[in-house]
Amino acid sequence: MPWGEFKDTAAERRLFQRRATVMLVFVFLLLAGLVARMYQLQVVEHDIYTTLSDRNRVQVQSVPPPRGLVYDRNQVLLAENRPVFSVTLVPERVGDIDATLQQLVTILDVSDEDLERFQRRLREPRRPFQEIPLRYDLTEDEIARLAVLRHELPGVEVEAELVRYYPHSELTAHALGFVGRINREELQRIDSVNYAGTNYIGKSGVERFYEELLHGKVGYQHVETNARGRTLRVLDRENPVPGEDLQLHLDLRLQNRAHELLDGRRGAIVAIEPATGGILALASVPGFDANKFVTGISVPDYRELSDSKDKPLFNRALRGQYPPGSTLKPMLAIAALDSGAVTRDHTIWDPGFFQINSAGRRWRDWKRGGHGWVDLTYAMAQSCDVYFYEAAVEMGVDTMVSYLSHFGFGEDATLDVSGALSGLLPSPDWKRATRNEPWYPGDTVNLGIGQGFMLSTPLQLATATALIANRGEWVEPRLLKDIQGDRTPDEFLPSETHEPLKLKDPDNWEYIADAMAEVMHGVKGTARGAGRGAPYRMAGKTGTAQVFSLAEDEEYDAEEVRERLRDHALFVGFAPLKNPQIAVAVIVENGGGGSSTAAPVARELFDAWLLEFSAVADGPSISKADPTSEAP
Amino acid sequence: MATREVFSSTASNPLGRPRGVWSALHLDPILLVLLVALVSGGLFVLYSGADRNLDVVKAQGIRFGIAFVVMLVFAQLDPSVFRRWAPWLYIVGLAGLVAVLFVGVGAKGAQRWLALPGLPRFQPSELMKLVVPMMAAWYLSRHFLPPKLSRIGVGLVIVLLPMVLIVKQPDLGTSLLVGMAGLFVVFFAGMSWKLISAFSVMVSVAAPLMWFFGMREYQKQRVLTLLDPQSDPLGAGWNIIQSKTAIGSGGVDGKGWLQGTQSHLEFLPESHTDFIVAVLAEEFGFIGVLILLSVYFLIILRCLFISVTAQDSFSRLVAGALTMTFFIYVFVNVGMVSGLLPVVGVPLPLISYGGTSTVTLMAAFGILMSIHTHRRMITA
Repeated sequence: MPWGEFKDTAAERRLFQRRATVMLVFVFLLLAGLVARMYQLQVVEHDIYTTLSDRNRVQVQSVPPPRGLVYDRNQVLLAENRPVFSVTLVPERVGDIDATLQQLVTILDVSDEDLERFQRRLREPRRPFQEIPLRYDLTEDEIARLAVLRHELPGVEVEAELVRYYPHSELTAHALGFVGRINREELQRIDSVNYAGTNYIGKSGVERFYEELLHGKVGYQHVETNARGRTLRVLDRENPVPGEDLQLHLDLRLQNRAHELLDGRRGAIVAIEPATGGILALASVPGFDANKFVTGISVPDYRELSDSKDKPLFNRALRGQYPPGSTLKPMLAIAALDSGAVTRDHTIWDPGFFQINSAGRRWRDWKRGGHGWVDLTYAMAQSCDVYFYEAAVEMGVDTMVSYLSHFGFGEDATLDVSGALSGLLPSPDWKRATRNEPWYPGDTVNLGIGQGFMLSTPLQLATATALIANRGEWVEPRLLKDIQGDRTPDEFLPSETHEPLKLKDPDNWEYIADAMAEVMHGVKGTARGAGRGAPYRMAGKTGTAQVFSLAEDEEYDAEEVRERLRDHALFVGFAPLKNPQIAVAVIVENGGGGSSTAAPVARELFDAWLLEFSAVADGPSISKADPTSEAP
Repeated sequence: MATREVFSSTASNPLGRPRGVWSALHLDPILLVLLVALVSGGLFVLYSGADRNLDVVKAQGIRFGIAFVVMLVFAQLDPSVFRRWAPWLYIVGLAGLVAVLFVGVGAKGAQRWLALPGLPRFQPSELMKLVVPMMAAWYLSRHFLPPKLSRIGVGLVIVLLPMVLIVKQPDLGTSLLVGMAGLFVVFFAGMSWKLISAFSVMVSVAAPLMWFFGMREYQKQRVLTLLDPQSDPLGAGWNIIQSKTAIGSGGVDGKGWLQGTQSHLEFLPESHTDFIVAVLAEEFGFIGVLILLSVYFLIILRCLFISVTAQDSFSRLVAGALTMTFFIYVFVNVGMVSGLLPVVGVPLPLISYGGTSTVTLMAAFGILMSIHTHRRMITA
């Protein structure tokens, strides 16, 4: 059919007009539908989507506060923060974790151990969008290589993090403690808000005790991020409150000297400033590098430390519980005098042994054949056991325990020393409760020379010695000397709980101090070798503690067995005699005799503290000081 | 003749026929102004949607230049030219679609492009958006309208054939748009309402069959995602969630030009192509959306008027179908971005960044202008 006018009828036109009208209505309705939809989204549900949009773009990031620094008493830095670059992954933003790891392994030096640790932390509970570190301490080369490939690796970031660093780690590990990554247990304990940006927490020592003070207060920033999580700009920010910088009583020079003196041996030294209770040195040898623990120690490294038979991780100064032996005699002498069990001019005949009754067991004196006629001063100087056996029996166990507990034995008397143990002050009640045995008179005799069940830590011995140095004034041992800034240590140090030990005759303090000086300076003093030639007078007491057994599973060769079965050498003392500046306790494990091994160590410390360091009081450098112990 | 009196009275509408220079250029000034307004406004949105990339805006400007030239060329041709060419173009188009299946090039698992030596790369399916309604109109307008049942059947086959070929590429979206264009011709031709109802029933039966036999996995996924975008918020649902968030957070007056956080912080995908209306909604708010939809409505209104006032059935059918196709573009795109329809990859006409569809659309407006300005002097 041809195109033309015949077909183009009005009917066809009207038909189209009708259909076009229908379509116009159709168009109008659908457009109205779209408008309605837009109205719903943009007006009715506007608030919901505004929230969604803000949540999209604005993220709250926590800004961790920089941890407070720790200084020694001469402002030598003991603990600082060092920026460390690490590569981290945010699993929520990484598409294929395995593929990403594979790629990272090709451009970075990632050990199996790093991977293992990463996988472990991937499985552990964590905050959403929290990054998991893969490797720490990136080199500049590695940072550059990562930067080039950054766009290919979503969710992979290079992060600068302030990490704790101990410049004198081997020296301070036991005194200062260390921080480490927050573990699962701690995660439940800490304030999750304040620790929102923090990865480290004090694990031991000062770091643990003053965690709250050192940590500071978390800050926040609202940041705008794009869809890939990249921070574009900071919208607003509340700055964190940095942790407080602490100053300790510790003197790094003395601490260093203590380590040097014990070098190659196993032992502990605690030095206390009697006037303040400040701990000047707290050495446990061998030490270890605490820096290794900060970011997570490797398994072989840890095994090496924990399996070593020298037990470098064991803090002997706070947690080593030894029989005090004869170093307990000055405290027992105070007890005997004050309780009236003996008098200053009370003398005994020492035949070389002691019997409670003439038929009974003989307790030997360390000196075969005995000391003959002995008074208290002589008993101290010569460490006469029989004198103290008799005094013990005369006093009875209850009196002894009562006085010894006044000296801080059997408790942790420290204010801020984290992890200090309380030793063991035995009593009839204790024996019945733990051993289900009665207290025998012989137990009293043993306690009279610091043997038997009695155990104390070097810190406790130093504390008790400081009490004698203070003539009965209690000053609890403490590490914190000052807080830099407005706050005072008193706000944070626990309150002091000990009453001064008042003697019926206060002169007895001087009497015992003089007796202890006899140990150092007397013709017959057990430590006269160590005291010889000193330009000042000092007080001391030697001790020897028997080693009872070795752990069965430990293997030693014969030489070592002999070495490890030797007695522990102990010494307590203070100097100068009048107005003491330092009180120390020294223990050298398997060191043999206290007078030959431990006392010279103490003398070196006295000399260092009283002569050497006071002469160069403001010289913080420990390398400057050369050993000038002029003692002959 | 009475009918001619009616016609001439319609044609004497002051808006009806361009005069003077417009007539000489065969352009409709009203439609032209609306298109220019839409395009230039769209370029501002595109600048923002492309994250201030002027190169994108320049490239799009050049495309519009080309597209306007194409429109101008098409407007010069007499409608009878389209009518005469329709069958031949249809055959060429079908051949092209078959060729695409064998030698086509493309991306993302679909072959849509035909790269013939000596010719610019083009999509035969895009050509079919114009040719299928022309072919259907050519066939149906040869006879009295409304068409008999058998003729409707043939008309449907004309529509269905290219649809099937395009689905094979696979390109479900374009196939449906081409089918729509053809079906609008059949509708305008006067297919009875009874048949339309029956047809609707057939489609609703066929839809589930399509689901199980015709659709690929990713296509099914899009539909499922529409129903529950939260089921896969970082995967398939991401686009819808983010575009709804962009639109909704825009509020009544928007966040301001270039201030949209959803698009500029890269949360909104395809922000300068298919999802550009979300950028507009976020930055210009509900008011901006109303203005945009109003401009589209005015264009459609003008085009329907052109269709109604066309001189012969072929012109009316082609003009009506192209108008409605244009509307479908708008509706599907805005519906998809606002989460009413599945994500089918239909650009927002004349605003989304992209070449082929812009040229096709402007060619369609060229045809409409041609229909409006080439009038045979029937009455004095």
